[in-house]
Amino acid sequence: MDFPVDLLVNALVSGLLLGGFYAAVTIGVSISFGMLDIVNIAHPAFIILGSYIAYIANSVLGLDPILASILVLPGFYLLGMAIYHIYDVSFERRGDTSIRGLAFFFGLLFIAEVTLVLVFGVDYRLVEARYLGTTLHFGFIDLPMRLVVPFLVSIIMLVGLQLFMARTFIGRAIQAVAQDPLALRLMAANPSQIKRIAFGMSIATASIAGAILIIIQPVEPSIGREYIGRVFAICVMGGLGSFPGMLAAAVLLGVVESITSTFYGPSWSPAVAFGFLLLTLAVRPSGIFGRA
Amino acid sequence: MRNWTFVSVLIVVAFATFFGTRLVGNSYAFFAGYVVLQYIVLATAWNILGGYTGYVNFGTAAFFALGAYSTVVLHKTVPELPLPLMIAVGGIVSGAVGIGTGYLTLRLRGTFFSIATLAMAVVMQTLVTNWSFVGGARGVYVIRPDESPIFDGDYIEYLFLVMLALSVIAVAVARAIEHSRLGYGFAAIRDDELAAEASGVPTLRLKLIATALSGGFMGMAGAPLPYYVTYLDPSSGFSLTYAVNTIAMPLIGGTSMWLGPVLGAVLLGTLQQAATVTISSALSLLIVGVLLVVFVIAAPKGIIGWFRR
Repeated sequence: MDFPVDLLVNALVSGLLLGGFYAAVTIGVSISFGMLDIVNIAHPAFIILGSYIAYIANSVLGLDPILASILVLPGFYLLGMAIYHIYDVSFERRGDTSIRGLAFFFGLLFIAEVTLVLVFGVDYRLVEARYLGTTLHFGFIDLPMRLVVPFLVSIIMLVGLQLFMARTFIGRAIQAVAQDPLALRLMAANPSQIKRIAFGMSIATASIAGAILIIIQPVEPSIGREYIGRVFAICVMGGLGSFPGMLAAAVLLGVVESITSTFYGPSWSPAVAFGFLLLTLAVRPSGIFGRA
Repeated sequence: MRNWTFVSVLIVVAFATFFGTRLVGNSYAFFAGYVVLQYIVLATAWNILGGYTGYVNFGTAAFFALGAYSTVVLHKTVPELPLPLMIAVGGIVSGAVGIGTGYLTLRLRGTFFSIATLAMAVVMQTLVTNWSFVGGARGVYVIRPDESPIFDGDYIEYLFLVMLALSVIAVAVARAIEHSRLGYGFAAIRDDELAAEASGVPTLRLKLIATALSGGFMGMAGAPLPYYVTYLDPSSGFSLTYAVNTIAMPLIGGTSMWLGPVLGAVLLGTLQQAATVTISSALSLLIVGVLLVVFVIAAPKGIIGWFRR
């Protein structure tokens, strides 16, 4: 049998682009779960919320979905701060984050999903923009703009956040807060406030991730669930809280998923992420790229 | 109260429930009651792991659907098998999967176990969706017999009775655990796992026992489902509704004792049945989500926490 090289290369390329997009979806969880130790399993629900806002801005006002997501960024930031405030008062200060904290986010996930179903129904929604229909060709390699634009947006966001975390005082404080809150206090920074800022940022990334999600695929309220596993798989595989590791894990997952769906059919691809996650947890819980 | 006294009281209550429901004279009462009972089993099962040992299982739907699909397989291969045996098989299958998942992830921090159960649910759903013998994505039809096999009445009355028996067993087991060495071991894990481990409590083994019991009961609760719904497809069997309900019920009722999940299941289950009939099913799910969030924030000990000081 002739091995379909062009099919394989195309699967690799689109997997790479998809991986970049997965990084944008995961970065919020990388901040909240990886750095702050807050298991925000509702994060994908906020991403879907971002998708629907981009959809409304696009279909009603005719705005570009990515521009719309940048415009609502402050709103998402404030929403994140508000949620962290509730979480902080109700769970962290009582020292009761495990069961009830998890259930809190699970409830939020469910409320967001059901509300979207009640308002928009379960139809698939999509956005329109002039550049989305085009595809670049290099020999037998196809580069659909539908995947290239999200990839670029995601990389820009990732680099920006990496610089912010490494160079600014608040960024370094965020990295420190889960490790040693007391030392942070001695640096005259309030851990609670730093966490609030960081959680606000993590929810803010959901706005942009949502916009590029709806560029890549049509969205309906419950698809967020498929992303829960992907997001946590990537986050754990990448070694919690490290952006470069996370990007590598995202690309790895994107490529494996893309190859699976090209050669075995798309109905198998959801299992790939979860299979990866279970395997990582079982074999190397500190992550493939994490420090042991 | 001694365990056997307690079980006798439970059985009396169960019979009163059954004959009381018969007095209503409307088979809808059995259809609605079945769902509430099913949630008593699920919530009690969840609480054995979640409430007693403190490990959150988001994969209720997976254990539940595994039980249901094992019945589908048995129905297609040995249809003459009586329902209680099918339930036993469903329980064993789900319990075994519980042990497997637990063995892989229970040595890690609790949150990893929770995320892994979420992941397991999707893996299972993908496997079932791609398995055409049990209907694949199209779903499968299961013909429900007309008559109850053991007494004179409709088959739904039989299903109701079976689920009633199952909830009696689940509640009795949960209560017996509370005041046994097993229960004290579970509580030690919940309160301080490191200290428990250091004092010689075999934490991993106890956690595996809890996961197996919990998963097994969930599978048993799911096993009669194909006969109840008569049409089963992966997206309804693995519905997240089961997961959110089974978490909401114990947390609303109170996780510290057997009565909590039962209270939560009866209240929330009845409320949902009423809301589904009168308003809409989507709205009734919203109510569950909102109640869950409100309770974990405002009443961390649940309803029974209001009465116990």
